[in-house]
Amino acid sequence: MEPLMAVVIGILYAAAIYMMLRRSIVKLVIGLMLLSNAANLLIFTSAGLTRGAPPLVPEGLAEPLGKVADPLPQALVLTAIVIAFGVLSFAVVLIRRAYEIVKADDLDKMKDTDT
Amino acid sequence: MQLAVLGGFVLAAFAPLLHRWFGDRAGLVMALLPAALSLWLFAQLPAVVGGEVLVFEQAWVPGLDIELTFLLDGLALLFALLISVIGVFVLVYSSAYLKGHPDLARFHVVLVAFMMSMLGLVLADNLVALFVFWELTSITSYLLIGFNHTDPEARKSASQGLFVTVAGGLALMAGLVMLAVVGESWSLQTLVAQGDTLRAHPLYLPILLCLLAGAFTKSAQFPFHFWLPNAMAAPTPVSAYLHSATMVKAGIYLLARMQPGMGGTEAWVTLLSLFGAVTMVTGAFLALRHTGIKSLLAYSTIMALGTLTMLLGIGTEEAMIAFGTFLLAHSLYKGALFLVAGILDHETGTKDISAMGGLRRVMPVSATCAGVAALSLGGVIPLFGFTAKELMFTSVLHAERFTVLLPALSLAAAVMTLAAAAIVALRPFFGNRREMPRAPHEGPPEMLAGPLVMAGLSLLLGLMPGLASGLVGATASSVNGAPLPASLSLWHGVNLPLGLSLVSLVLGLLIFRYWDYWRIWMRSLEPLFARGPEMGYFKIMDLIVTISVWQTRMLQNGYIRNYLVMTLMVLVGLTGYTLWSRHGLAFSFALDVRFHEALVAGLMVAGAVTACIMRLRLAAVASVGVMGFCIALTFVIFSAPDLGITQLLIETLTVILLILVLFRLPRFASLSTTLERVRDLVVAGATGLLMTLLILTVLDERLFPSIADYMIANSQPEGHGHNIVNVILVDFRALDTLGEVFVLALAAIGVYAMLSFHVDEYDARRQPERKEPRDG
Repeated sequence: MEPLMAVVIGILYAAAIYMMLRRSIVKLVIGLMLLSNAANLLIFTSAGLTRGAPPLVPEGLAEPLGKVADPLPQALVLTAIVIAFGVLSFAVVLIRRAYEIVKADDLDKMKDTDT
Repeated sequence: MQLAVLGGFVLAAFAPLLHRWFGDRAGLVMALLPAALSLWLFAQLPAVVGGEVLVFEQAWVPGLDIELTFLLDGLALLFALLISVIGVFVLVYSSAYLKGHPDLARFHVVLVAFMMSMLGLVLADNLVALFVFWELTSITSYLLIGFNHTDPEARKSASQGLFVTVAGGLALMAGLVMLAVVGESWSLQTLVAQGDTLRAHPLYLPILLCLLAGAFTKSAQFPFHFWLPNAMAAPTPVSAYLHSATMVKAGIYLLARMQPGMGGTEAWVTLLSLFGAVTMVTGAFLALRHTGIKSLLAYSTIMALGTLTMLLGIGTEEAMIAFGTFLLAHSLYKGALFLVAGILDHETGTKDISAMGGLRRVMPVSATCAGVAALSLGGVIPLFGFTAKELMFTSVLHAERFTVLLPALSLAAAVMTLAAAAIVALRPFFGNRREMPRAPHEGPPEMLAGPLVMAGLSLLLGLMPGLASGLVGATASSVNGAPLPASLSLWHGVNLPLGLSLVSLVLGLLIFRYWDYWRIWMRSLEPLFARGPEMGYFKIMDLIVTISVWQTRMLQNGYIRNYLVMTLMVLVGLTGYTLWSRHGLAFSFALDVRFHEALVAGLMVAGAVTACIMRLRLAAVASVGVMGFCIALTFVIFSAPDLGITQLLIETLTVILLILVLFRLPRFASLSTTLERVRDLVVAGATGLLMTLLILTVLDERLFPSIADYMIANSQPEGHGHNIVNVILVDFRALDTLGEVFVLALAAIGVYAMLSFHVDEYDARRQPERKEPRDG
């Protein structure tokens, strides 16, 4: 499965960057969303994918039975998901404010600091 | 000794306070320090002449072998004496010259700091300390030259001087570091003593070139000579000081200091003799082009600096003695002449020699001083300059290389220098009285003291050169690296040098007689002068500006996509190359895909691609949502239920937020051309491909075992939790989670702040019409 995921992640990255290179600010934000998702998947996949063995310790035992999925990337991705949301909500509100002032959904019109 | 120099810096800092206490007399008070120093230095004279080298040790940064040790040998003593004695006169002089100037306090701050930097430079034994003082003189002289900072010309000259000398300073630093590495010491004394090792080392030539770059820029050698005459923008006492004893002599000092360690090689002799001789002739020749008294003197300084460099290049024992004598003689007459020039300027209101005339009756003392000093400059018997010139001719005639070229150039320079000396001494004071901007009268005693003493010394030492033998001999010994007694005398008998002196006297007077025609002739050479090295300087400065403008436009143009494209191309290029060269593109993998997994993956890709091509914003947001939910499914399928739940929640929130906020924005406009799209697709595709390859590589190669095993084993026993991911978040990596909470709180505050900020109010507040006072 990992090679397929690798290809999927590559496409997600490409889509994210393509969107971030657009002039529209909304597209930039969509690109950011795609990018953070792609990055999360990247971390998740790099550790190797395991089917049907969540990192849980059964009740009454000190260690899980048999091999479980790597919990560390999961913890990292969990943090990343939440932070990406924080960044996104901030960016979205910022865009709205910027749009109210610049009156255009165009990054090229925000080039100068004194507009 | 260190205390005196460092105390000088403190004194400089207190100069404004002294001005409040003593008013215009503060300069006289501050002159007490260099005066005390001079006395102390005189007291050391017998010991140093006796061949002793006084060392004053002082640690500075012992961990790095950096010391503030001072070294007082003949060379250092001669320089230190010149700096402090002339410093006294300059301080006294300037308090009269700049009397009532509102910035006199600032002037004194910089001047005293400059004096102390110069002293530190000639006394320092450690290369690092030497370099620090070297750069300090560059900076302080920059402030002195640009003292009249309201004058754009002065500012330009000051930065020109700074750029040229600091550029040389950088080369010097490289040279000093190499020197220290080769000689395995930071101490000048130790380094100079192992001349044979230095000269035989393969790094000798690079070191020499770096040192020469530093010394030649500082000492205004051809082709860097152009900054010195421009430095005339400084107040006249500063010019006197810069030219006679300090700043420009720093480079000469460095060369002289290095002579025993680095001198004597083919490269040294060739470079120094030729550059020195060319500088000497250039300076003397260009001097005759100018009618401004300060410019004329400035070019004659270039002549003198060239002569000194040439003498160091020749490097025979005679040349060393000539070097010491010429150095002393030049400092004396040049200091006196500049100070007289300042008096003329101060009292007549003009700097143009051709506008002056017949001043000898109103300014008899100045006229006498100028006459004596100028005779010394011209090298006329019986002044000290004559002795120096005789010695110079002797060593040039006995030079081992360039036996024809050097004497010829020296004679030419001597002829033109004599003409220049005659112009300076005779033109303003003799001939017919002319109308001048101010009614001239004799300068005040503070201003006459310096010229009188220095001109007097020129005459005294000329008549009795034996008085200077000790000091000159000690200097020559330091430069030679071995004891070298000197016995100077005025009369050497009738010989070739005397003949040359006579020839130069006659020819020089002829040029003086027909100076006006000479200037007309030189005017026809103007196009040549306009193509001098200074044009190269301006070209380089323009080039730097052009390059930085271009670079800023390229790198920092305000287009976010250009930054992105550049960053990504670097990433793809470097990482891709490393991947390709280190790992290759051979991957081993087995495809083990189940149908539902492939379906989820396909949906994910479809969602992402659709989001890119949708024209409707809501449709784009919905597509991203689809992709997000597929990612949540992937998490669930591959054993990460927590991630799945979180992703589901966050994705829902995100879509709602986007729809709410972006609802009122217009639909996407088509802003890019096809070409831009293709370019972006290429960049995006390359990055995506790189990421895919990277993941495959990571899966292929496990460099070290996962640290997760520890967490899996200890989650229940140590963390008392059955969900290992949770235990990691709140226990093993709790600080990460704290940071995350902090980021979220910050984002929430930011969102709140922006939502409660209203554009209409902001605009209204910026309206100038609304003038209601906002009480509050």
